[in-house]
Amino acid sequence: MNDHIQPVAEAGPSMSGLQARSSAKLNSVARISVRNLDFVYADGLPKALKGINLDIPDRQVTGMIGPSGCGKSTLLRVLNRMYSLYPGQKATGEVMMDGRNLIDAGVDINELRSKIGMVFQKPTPFPMTIYENIAFGVRLHEKLSKSQMDQRVEWALSRAAIWGEVKDRLNTNAMGLSGGQQQRLCIARTIAVRPEVILFDEPTSALDPISTLKIEELIDELKQDFTIVIVTHNMQQAARCADQVAFFYLGELIEVSPAAEMFTAPKEQKTQEYITGRFG
Amino acid sequence: MSVTTIQAPPVGARRKPGELGDKIFQAMCMGAGGFVLILLGAIIVTLFLGGLPAFERFGAEFIWGTVWDPVEGQEEFGAGVSILGTLTSSVLAIIFAVPVAFGIAFFLTELSPQWLKRPLGTAIELLAAVPSIIYGMWGLFIVVPFVQMNIQFAFGDQLAAIPLIGFLFESTNFAGTSLFSASIVLAIMILPFIAATMRDVFDQVPPVYKESAYGLGATRWEVMTGVVIPYTRISVVGGIMLGLGRALGETMAVTFVIGNANRIATSLFDSTTTIASVIAMEFPESLSGSLQQSALFAIGFLLFVISFFVLALSRYLLRPRLK
Repeated sequence: MNDHIQPVAEAGPSMSGLQARSSAKLNSVARISVRNLDFVYADGLPKALKGINLDIPDRQVTGMIGPSGCGKSTLLRVLNRMYSLYPGQKATGEVMMDGRNLIDAGVDINELRSKIGMVFQKPTPFPMTIYENIAFGVRLHEKLSKSQMDQRVEWALSRAAIWGEVKDRLNTNAMGLSGGQQQRLCIARTIAVRPEVILFDEPTSALDPISTLKIEELIDELKQDFTIVIVTHNMQQAARCADQVAFFYLGELIEVSPAAEMFTAPKEQKTQEYITGRFG
Repeated sequence: MSVTTIQAPPVGARRKPGELGDKIFQAMCMGAGGFVLILLGAIIVTLFLGGLPAFERFGAEFIWGTVWDPVEGQEEFGAGVSILGTLTSSVLAIIFAVPVAFGIAFFLTELSPQWLKRPLGTAIELLAAVPSIIYGMWGLFIVVPFVQMNIQFAFGDQLAAIPLIGFLFESTNFAGTSLFSASIVLAIMILPFIAATMRDVFDQVPPVYKESAYGLGATRWEVMTGVVIPYTRISVVGGIMLGLGRALGETMAVTFVIGNANRIATSLFDSTTTIASVIAMEFPESLSGSLQQSALFAIGFLLFVISFFVLALSRYLLRPRLK
């Protein structure tokens, strides 16, 4: 086990419990750059995101924290254009990736989502076999032979650290897995499409401590190859997983710092109050 | 602070749980449940007993025999034509109705702007409330001439020239009332049931599952076929079976437009008949206790059996394939 990952039970709520990874250095190359991003859920409603500026470093973990309704999940849903499913929701500003503004009308949303995968709060296995769950996403974008697909499925499940548990029952229904296994299956499903960025929306809030630990280890492992953004309500989790932490409050980005600084010497008063549990 | 003494509240004699009342309630509920089974059994038995003389006279051949001659002295009855007519008209109706119903449900759950959902949904439910006699009249005066002039006469000959399947369209029927017209009217009648069921079950799929599929880069069609339909498969087929059940037994509208001819329809544009139509047309004329009436009971029994097997088959098809 890596030293920076601690069992949840040991991590206390105090500042001293937030053992951030002091050794980590932020990658200066931004994979996604958010500039002056505004977001509304419907015309006439107040802005859910106000003038957000944020760089998401390449192949590192960006944690997003803040009280409920602060806009962190909203930002996640902007990054992969999930909001476009719902008429009325509107984002303005820039979300630059590979020289393109992701929120432009002309962007191919399906292709974009194959590059920016998402893992949800609750495990969402599809009602089919474990194998088919993985193959489903791959087939949307690539034409593979049976043996190539077998390899892809094994690779994805291995990367998601669940291959050993399911390799003998690939053809059984995925609904039969435990909650933690289902979530790792969903991560495997996302990885299988070979995205560049993976968004995690409170991926462990429905899981037990052991499963949570496994997912956190997995995230640490995955950042070698993927750029990761994780929304979490759990500050210990942000401290354990993230290289960079962004604190949101009432639709504004209050502070973004390397994890070590954020939890030891926050720049803003509001951040200080939030991470010490004085509100939120 | 001193502890004040609080008087205990008055206590009544502890009542025994109402054992008798509970038993009566239990028995009544059991009776209500049992009543359904008894009713079902009684209907089957009376139908069978009523049809027994016909079954005894014609044996198993009654099922596939195609002669239906109620003239006294030379009576001969076979259910072949009406069974075939019932099955083909219903299956054709399902074939016409299901794609449209799917489209309606898909539009209502995934595409429709919010302001249109309610009026359109209500309109579909109202379609189900139209009495079948109205469909019959409308079918006879609008659908039948339309099918005859714009489909049978317009394309019949060209389609009949197609090798192998041409006979399906070749017809010398000039009445206009046909298997095709009946299927169209039936399809319209069962459309609201199938569409409403599909919409309801599509709506029940948790949005986060759809988002998961969208999140993998799936299009609306792929989300529908890859996730929504697998989730709702059983209910969707249930809705289709509901429609099929209605189509099998539908009487008035079909009687108006199918032509009621005891001939096997080799072409879509031929007249034929269905079990329900034969019963509706002939029951008032049949003498009590006659062989004709017995034959009508017998085909009624067969309709019951067909409906039963349709349901059984759907259950079989819907068995969980995954362990």
